[in-house]
Amino acid sequence: MLKYTFDWSIVTSGKYFEWLVSGLKVTLELSAVGIVCAFILGLLIAVLKMSHYRPVRWIATAYLEFFRNTPLLVQIFFWYFGSYKVLPAAVNEWLNSTNFEFAAAAIALTIYTSAFIAEDIRSGILSIPKEQMEAARSAGFSYLRSMQYIILPQAVRITIPPLVNQFLNLAKNSSLAMSIGVMELTYQARQVESYTFKGFEAFTAATVVYLGLSVVITALMDLYNKKVLNPNRA
Amino acid sequence: MIKFEGVHKWFKKLHVLNGIDLHVKQGEVVVVCGPSGSGKSTLIRTINQLEPIEEGSLIVDGMDLRSKKTDLNKLRAEVGFVFQQFNLYPHLSVIDNITLAPIKIRKTSKKEAQEQAMELLERVGLAVKRDAYPTQLSGGQQQRVAIARALAMKPRIMLFDEPTSALDPEMIGEVLAVMQDLASTGMTMVCVTHEMGFAREVSDRVVFMDHGVILEEAQPEEFFRNPQHDRAKQFLKQLLSPMH
Repeated sequence: MLKYTFDWSIVTSGKYFEWLVSGLKVTLELSAVGIVCAFILGLLIAVLKMSHYRPVRWIATAYLEFFRNTPLLVQIFFWYFGSYKVLPAAVNEWLNSTNFEFAAAAIALTIYTSAFIAEDIRSGILSIPKEQMEAARSAGFSYLRSMQYIILPQAVRITIPPLVNQFLNLAKNSSLAMSIGVMELTYQARQVESYTFKGFEAFTAATVVYLGLSVVITALMDLYNKKVLNPNRA
Repeated sequence: MIKFEGVHKWFKKLHVLNGIDLHVKQGEVVVVCGPSGSGKSTLIRTINQLEPIEEGSLIVDGMDLRSKKTDLNKLRAEVGFVFQQFNLYPHLSVIDNITLAPIKIRKTSKKEAQEQAMELLERVGLAVKRDAYPTQLSGGQQQRVAIARALAMKPRIMLFDEPTSALDPEMIGEVLAVMQDLASTGMTMVCVTHEMGFAREVSDRVVFMDHGVILEEAQPEEFFRNPQHDRAKQFLKQLLSPMH
């Protein structure tokens, strides 16, 4: 006999519903900051990794291998528990006056994901025929301007499907931020469970919300692919 | 305008340019021909430093290409280059392909760049294609846009690297007509091509290359009527009657 009685009302209205909503808000903020920053940083690392200068390539390679080959949770702990120990007292004071949990989680998510994004963008760049770079250089564009106007716009388009994967991973990985006390969606679902013992309802609600978030990200990227990037372009 | 003196270039151990001496004067149209692997494409690609040279001296439009002080981006802005495979930017429309470099490099206003682009498109007969994308155009149309794109920078020299070799036979004429029109305006041109009709009617001089060496340099009538070198004779014979 099933002894458990379901009570879905706790996650659809009232105090606990509000907790989940506030958690979703933090998850959305963390994901949005992470996606934008990780994309920009990933783009930069991808270009650095293809530089003509060997030391620059080495730095980019070290960055990539370091951050994609260590667990995200360890990186979150490092930024939260480790980084401030080596900073001056004044900086620490300022950090404590801010939302340092959120910042540490955002930094970890950004850096971790940027390493994967950089590799995706780099493979996109490598798939563009080298004649495109020659055409751009022949017109008088510098290497970086050629990248900016001719190579990257084509490479990013090719990179969209793997980029969607990275964005989805980032949004879902943001749940690890609960481990340092960021009051995001998973944290709040856990709180609801602690107060009500309704773990099934609380985590079902969290699951549905994460699923919805992923669907929205996928749909937005799809729209970008179809509408913003003209379908006639190769 | 372009002066090669004792130019050498190697690809690893392959000696692709072996002591090139060549002088192209302003307003001259020079056709470079020769069998495949003769180094003619490499030769033309050294003029805008898509290929660096290892030895000798090369002066283009007063700029010494061996000097570290020469700004290659500035040189390339003055030298238009047309590729065998067109290499239009596939993510940009025809008009944007043409106006990108003038707007970003010459700092021309968008309005002015577009007016100039339309004039060029009229000239190559493709004004109606201004908003098309490269993949929607035939090879001949793409190459004409590529020529317009190069001309939009108002170059002092135009280089053509086998501009008709990737085209279906019925499209070769339309591209050659544009090139002929350009030659009549006094543009300095160097063309790598197998189109001997173009060489005969339009060029001022024909340069024949093999194995990285210039074997023969002559006025077109002279070159076609009375080639001096055995390799040139053989080359012309094969080109004019490929069945033998």
